[in-house]
Amino acid sequence: MRRLNQRQRALLLLLLAAAVLLAITLAGALLTGRAMETDFSRLNLAPDLPYLFGTDWMGRDMFARTLTGLSLSIRIGALTACVSAVIALVLGVAAALNRKLDAVFSWCIDLFLGIPHILLVMLISLAFGRGFLGVVAGVSLSHWPSLARLLRGEVLQLRQAPYLRLARKLGVPRRDLIRRHLLPHLLPQFLTGLILQFPHAILHEASVTFLGFGLSSEQPAIGVILSESMRYLTTGRWWLALFPGLALVGVVLLFAALGEQARRLLDPSSIHQ
Amino acid sequence: MEPILQVEHLSISFSQYHRGTRKRTLPVIHDLSFSICPGQVTAVVGSSGSGKSLLAHGILGILPYNSALEGTILYQGTPLTQRRAEQLRGREIVLVPQGVTYLDPLMEVGPQIRKGRRDPRSKARSRAVLERYGLGPEVEKRYPFELSGGMARRVLIASAVVEQPKLILADEPTPGLDARAASRILGHFRELAEDGAGVLLITHDLELALTIAHRVLVLYAGETIEEASAADFSAGRLRHPYTRALWAALPQNGFTPIPGTQPYPGEISDGCQFAPRCPRCRPECRGPGPVPYVPRAGGWVRCRFPEGGEAL
Amino acid sequence: MKHRLQFAGKKLLRMALLLLGVSLAAFLLMSASPLDPLQTNVGQAALGSMSQEQIAQLEDYWGVNTPLAERYLGWLFSALQGDFGTSLLYRQPVLQIIGERLANSLGLLLFAWVLSGILGLTLGVLAGALRGRWPDKLVRGWCLLISSTPTFWLALLLLTVFAVWLGWFPSGLSVPIGVEADSVTALERLRHAVLPALTLSITGVSNIALHTREKMVDVMESDYVLFARARGESLPAIVLRHGLRNVALPAITLQFASVSEIIGGSVLVEQVFSYPGLGQAAVTAGLGSDMPLLLGITVLTAAIVFGGNVAADLLYGVVDPKIRRGAAKA
Repeated sequence: MRRLNQRQRALLLLLLAAAVLLAITLAGALLTGRAMETDFSRLNLAPDLPYLFGTDWMGRDMFARTLTGLSLSIRIGALTACVSAVIALVLGVAAALNRKLDAVFSWCIDLFLGIPHILLVMLISLAFGRGFLGVVAGVSLSHWPSLARLLRGEVLQLRQAPYLRLARKLGVPRRDLIRRHLLPHLLPQFLTGLILQFPHAILHEASVTFLGFGLSSEQPAIGVILSESMRYLTTGRWWLALFPGLALVGVVLLFAALGEQARRLLDPSSIHQ
Repeated sequence: MEPILQVEHLSISFSQYHRGTRKRTLPVIHDLSFSICPGQVTAVVGSSGSGKSLLAHGILGILPYNSALEGTILYQGTPLTQRRAEQLRGREIVLVPQGVTYLDPLMEVGPQIRKGRRDPRSKARSRAVLERYGLGPEVEKRYPFELSGGMARRVLIASAVVEQPKLILADEPTPGLDARAASRILGHFRELAEDGAGVLLITHDLELALTIAHRVLVLYAGETIEEASAADFSAGRLRHPYTRALWAALPQNGFTPIPGTQPYPGEISDGCQFAPRCPRCRPECRGPGPVPYVPRAGGWVRCRFPEGGEAL
Repeated sequence: MKHRLQFAGKKLLRMALLLLGVSLAAFLLMSASPLDPLQTNVGQAALGSMSQEQIAQLEDYWGVNTPLAERYLGWLFSALQGDFGTSLLYRQPVLQIIGERLANSLGLLLFAWVLSGILGLTLGVLAGALRGRWPDKLVRGWCLLISSTPTFWLALLLLTVFAVWLGWFPSGLSVPIGVEADSVTALERLRHAVLPALTLSITGVSNIALHTREKMVDVMESDYVLFARARGESLPAIVLRHGLRNVALPAITLQFASVSEIIGGSVLVEQVFSYPGLGQAAVTAGLGSDMPLLLGITVLTAAIVFGGNVAADLLYGVVDPKIRRGAAKA
């Protein structure tokens, strides 16, 4: 077989990671029923066939619960990452194009960054009454600053670019400028930023749910599963925490890989590698 | 006299991606040959983007990781391998870089010149070298951002000659300086040559190069197209049409420009690179095949139909 | 000198304004919460069995009926006089609770902050200097793995391995149960703090290491490092002489920016280890709608974070010769 060069490998890895994540999402969604099913004839089984990840104190299949939890995490992660990326795009570009807004914007970012992230997510989630809405609002309303700052910087730099200054002097309409010159430059940055938000969003969703500010305890979310497992750790039921956590780390790593490969493909300066 | 440095058929290329996922190799310097004798200033002249700086980096063995070097470099008659270059650089072979960005912005000048040595001998030596270039001892305490352009160049020269080198590679040591400061800096290189070192002066400025160089090497699209002695220019003994055009483009010679631009590294074809712009281009010149680099009347030329100078 | 004082004054003023903003934002967020503090804390059943007057009394206690602006301004004025109100859950002054909890957390936070800073800087410089070689790959892989690991799960993992299986450390609380707080030896306290501190340090490293690596890579690609190589300086000499020096400034920013991350991490870690620190108090206050306490903790942590930023800015002035010499001339 021909050796693949780095970019071809990147593309292949990207597709592979996306496929695995999609499969997990679908499988988890299909297994939701099984994840909730209690069966008192199979309590507290250690991992073995047919229960790969074991069962819990209510006889629920941990494998199905883990997959369902991952699926939930991925879907919430995708939703929140998209919302916060759009917020970042709007705020970042608006700040770069308007001086007054820019001052407000940088002040807001400083304010946001002043509160430890997890505390901020907790506060926003509280404002929305916890639960699904709370965690979605908390994660998506708190993740935009870094990407917004990046996009703002990019737009500011583009505005100073000689060819755009020339175009403005030549009287090219502002709308055309934004559509034909700004957006094509921002798009790769935006897409990469969007994908790179995924891991953070998923981790924060799980953390906030773990603390009790997120999804309700009836739902088989990873945060809920791990929070429940705490009560059984001292009695030696390690599998309740180990596998769901490992799986979550795996999913986050996959998203990180996805983002890294996307960055590699979209970043023009990577042509030299 | 035995040359201190001989470069034969040197090529430097980069690998990079283009159009999504395809990888390609970009030749930046192609089939370059020349030699430098002790006590001589050899100027390499080429317009910006012709890969001149890489030549110095290639000799020192500090090319970037995605580049490849082919050909032979002999230093004092023996091959200059990576290992040998590492031992010699900064001692016998020194670089004088372009400007202030080559100084550590957060370190005072004195320790930079001494490379961190603190013994009294090094201190005395660095002070003496600074003084030689008209810089007082107070300069040692300054940070690079507190130096003027001309002072920074002199500091860079001082940091090179503090080692008593045998071969000096000067990479564009003058841009940004006014004519007087520039000729003063170049004068320092001439002095160093007169003290017995070989000097390779890399520049885009033919006019300045001619004020101090003994030999001039002209680069076009990464290839040497002519090697001439400095006297050949004013005497009208130039062999290659591009060199003639460069000479004619100087202010005192009528400011005559030549149309067109140099090809970029990615556009280099296999044949005469200058053919599309050449005023004397013949049908044969546009054909493929490498153009040989041949000796002609005391110099070398890469042209199928060279001007002036008779064949040897 | 005057110049520097002006600079510091401006920074402090901005910090004060930001703190005001934080308190207002946190206050509005908490007030917007549709969760009824009575239902969360007293319970539906208990409420049903109470008389109207009792409920009204409770509503007064939890501040349900006072108008928003009045409540905030009231809080602000007493806060400016040093009174952050009384915790509704603990029925003690907020400042007193914060003081006790912070005393418990401070050692943890400081230890993790210093250790993760030193480790992160070392690993980052190493990886950046040896870019593309195996130490770099190892550091990057490790950092990616750690940053993809939820802090609380890492805490759970360490708890399972070191406290449950190996039994080297206690599995929770900063003091043994049933022992008077005063009679606990320093050693006992230390034993309880080891695992939480370790978890926090591990998670703190990756961010600092990765960012330091980026800076180090930039430094290694700079003209001055190229020149240093051309002058025959060896890699270790370049790293020690030029690398550390030029990475120092961004490292200061990183180190102080990590304060926020460490505090955030402590919220999760203290929850897992049932460590009675500030982070755990924040979670309890949040779940129990204890607004004065949560507000107090938010404002205090924000003050620490902003204080860190100001400290970084001032340190910059001392370390960066451009600012130092510039100020000397002015």
